Amino acid sequence: MLNIKTKNRLLILAAISIVGIAIISFILKTLEDNVLYFYSPSEISKSNEIISNNSIRIGGMVKKGSIETKKNEIRFIITDFKNEVIVTYKGTVPALFSEGKGVVAEGKLQDKKFFLAKRILAKHDENYMPPEIKQSLKNNAN
Amino acid sequence: MLTKFGIISSSIALISSFILIYLSFLELKIANNKIQNKIYNFSLIQIIFSLLSFLILIVGYVISDFSMINVYENSHTTKPIFYKVSGAWGNHEGSLLLWINILVIFSFLFLTLTKNKNKNFKIFTLIFQNFLIIAFFIFLLTNSNPFLSVVPTPDEGLGLNPILQDPALAIHPPLLYVGFVGSSIYFSSALAALISKVDAKSLAKTIKIWVSVSWFFQTLGILVGSIWAYYELGWGGYWFWDPVENSSLMPWFLMTALLHSVLVLERRIGLYSWVIILSILTFTMTVVGTFLVRSGILNSVHTFANDPSRGLFILFFLVVMVFSSIFIFFKYAPSEKKTYGIFSKEFFILINNWFMIFFLAVVLIGTLYPVFLDTLTGEKISIGPPYYNFILAPFLIPLLFLMTSGPKHKWIISEFKNFFNLILFLSIFLFLIIFYLIKENNLLIGLILLFSIYLIVQTIFDLYENFKNKSINFSRIISHLGFGLLIFFISINHIFSTENNFNIRVGGEKNTKDYVVKFEKLTSESNKNYKSVVGNFEIINRKKLNKKILKPEIRFYNQPKTITYEASIKSNFFSDTYLTMSNISDTDVFNIKFQKKPFMTFIWFSVILISLGGILNIFNRKKII
Repeated sequence: MLNIKTKNRLLILAAISIVGIAIISFILKTLEDNVLYFYSPSEISKSNEIISNNSIRIGGMVKKGSIETKKNEIRFIITDFKNEVIVTYKGTVPALFSEGKGVVAEGKLQDKKFFLAKRILAKHDENYMPPEIKQSLKNNAN
Repeated sequence: MLTKFGIISSSIALISSFILIYLSFLELKIANNKIQNKIYNFSLIQIIFSLLSFLILIVGYVISDFSMINVYENSHTTKPIFYKVSGAWGNHEGSLLLWINILVIFSFLFLTLTKNKNKNFKIFTLIFQNFLIIAFFIFLLTNSNPFLSVVPTPDEGLGLNPILQDPALAIHPPLLYVGFVGSSIYFSSALAALISKVDAKSLAKTIKIWVSVSWFFQTLGILVGSIWAYYELGWGGYWFWDPVENSSLMPWFLMTALLHSVLVLERRIGLYSWVIILSILTFTMTVVGTFLVRSGILNSVHTFANDPSRGLFILFFLVVMVFSSIFIFFKYAPSEKKTYGIFSKEFFILINNWFMIFFLAVVLIGTLYPVFLDTLTGEKISIGPPYYNFILAPFLIPLLFLMTSGPKHKWIISEFKNFFNLILFLSIFLFLIIFYLIKENNLLIGLILLFSIYLIVQTIFDLYENFKNKSINFSRIISHLGFGLLIFFISINHIFSTENNFNIRVGGEKNTKDYVVKFEKLTSESNKNYKSVVGNFEIINRKKLNKKILKPEIRFYNQPKTITYEASIKSNFFSDTYLTMSNISDTDVFNIKFQKKPFMTFIWFSVILISLGGILNIFNRKKII
């Protein structure tokens, strides 16, 4: 049999590892629930599983001539020159948001063509293009 | 001309670092307990020439010497003088030079100010610090030289990104760097302590000051950064869990842990190895943060124009640093056997440390997970604020509780105290009043409010008691009070912030729940380096019938050609009124974000209180509990 000291140590070790595992799985679970996946319009049109209650990000270019300003919302089209998604948004847009420039919209997909954005991201550098967009535009070009 | 001087000056500083290391190794062989004057002299030369290099760069910016490629790329003649100066560290190369200067300053201050009797300890610290200095100087001169010249000399510079032309942003890098890079000195000290076998008490005494100083600046730096984000980014938020914000917060968690465990070490109760590990980790985390920001792996407002070779250098440096630290640690780590009772003060400090490590782990995982996932699977994701809020918020409750009860315990052995006392009842009473006033029925927020009130009331009582006994540990009380207030006001702010988004034309009017927003007129202004369109808005409070005028701007900078939206913020004692206006493709419709943000000034003030505790800790030499 193990003596008492060893037994105690084993108990403490077991307790610590159980708490540790519990905390880590809690972190990972929360992480999984709060991940924002990034998609291009083409990926959305291909996939059947994206539409859900989770928020996602869509990135691409703002289609030329597509911005419409309505009474309480803004509507525009994100394109990767193959597929398009119509985005509606309420609120102020970043300074570099304009037609023909890169944009990332964060929000929920209503169906394959309509997206309700909660946030619009555009970077504060006119030459800047989010790496995600560059990559997905490159992928589409091939 | 300036470019040559800059290169010469920084080379002299680099050479003196080599000489310093050489002299230090010689010094180790001399039995005499006094450090030779030669070392002081070369240290002086090193600091003079490294400051001079930085000064040369600043002069280059001030006189707009566009023969320096760095000035050409980041400055412009029409820029206000203040931003010419701050432009010197608003880019990768310049900020690296600032980083080196802080390494050198801390090295010099450590050599001249530290009263530690153990000569070998000081010399080894100097050696390690100079290894760091040399590494970064080599990086500066070979890869990121701010003193490169461009031929022929251009007539005009490209200009500084207007979003960086802001007083808060101008002072926030130096503050953060003193905090960040200041941690290098206790990194070096920790390694030196292992090799020279310094005893616990004198190690604690030596590094306590540096930990407090860097912690103070780090806290202020984070504060100024979030103030900038609040009014410049125009979203009305002050903390976004942006990866770069996270990389300033992660070393802060470690510094906070260190700040607490040094106290245990100072009383010779243990944690010697732990303090050393924390010291090493803090600076390591700083370099990790720098790597993430400079390598361009992260995608954020802060990223400078990127170049993979920079990331590679920092990564290489990081690997060497980590492995040599681990090697030194295992070779020299002392074995220690100390026992202390549960519910003693050091037990609570250890718990504080575990909380900090937990927070660090959460933020680190959130920051790095997207990077790893992208590298491994190519999947692009980002982790939003809900992740952090959801995990961290529940843990605030035990943390607040322990911050309240922990400091009341004695060192080494203490009994479990009866905590059903007047203070708890008073706190519950106050909480019920507030609860009645705000009618918030979210359990989590309710509990956080309750425990933050408990902490606030308890620290105020402690302050009173300490006054009676004439023995005041201001440092702890001020910081803990600040933290309690911070959490309290953040919660209240979270509950009562309101936001309205709408589109409006000039002359239009919009009714929200409590306010009428009138768009009176649009004027235009012309400034030295930008033109702006200013909206005049009248905000009428329907209940109190008072008026406020807000004037958000859209600025058009000429160099580089950029548009920025400037929020208009009116702060009064209890609440901020916040209005941003944007415009798409020159239509006559403007998009408005109108926000009420209660207690913003109180949030800033709480953080100032927290940081004050750090500076008081330096003067708190006579240890009173």
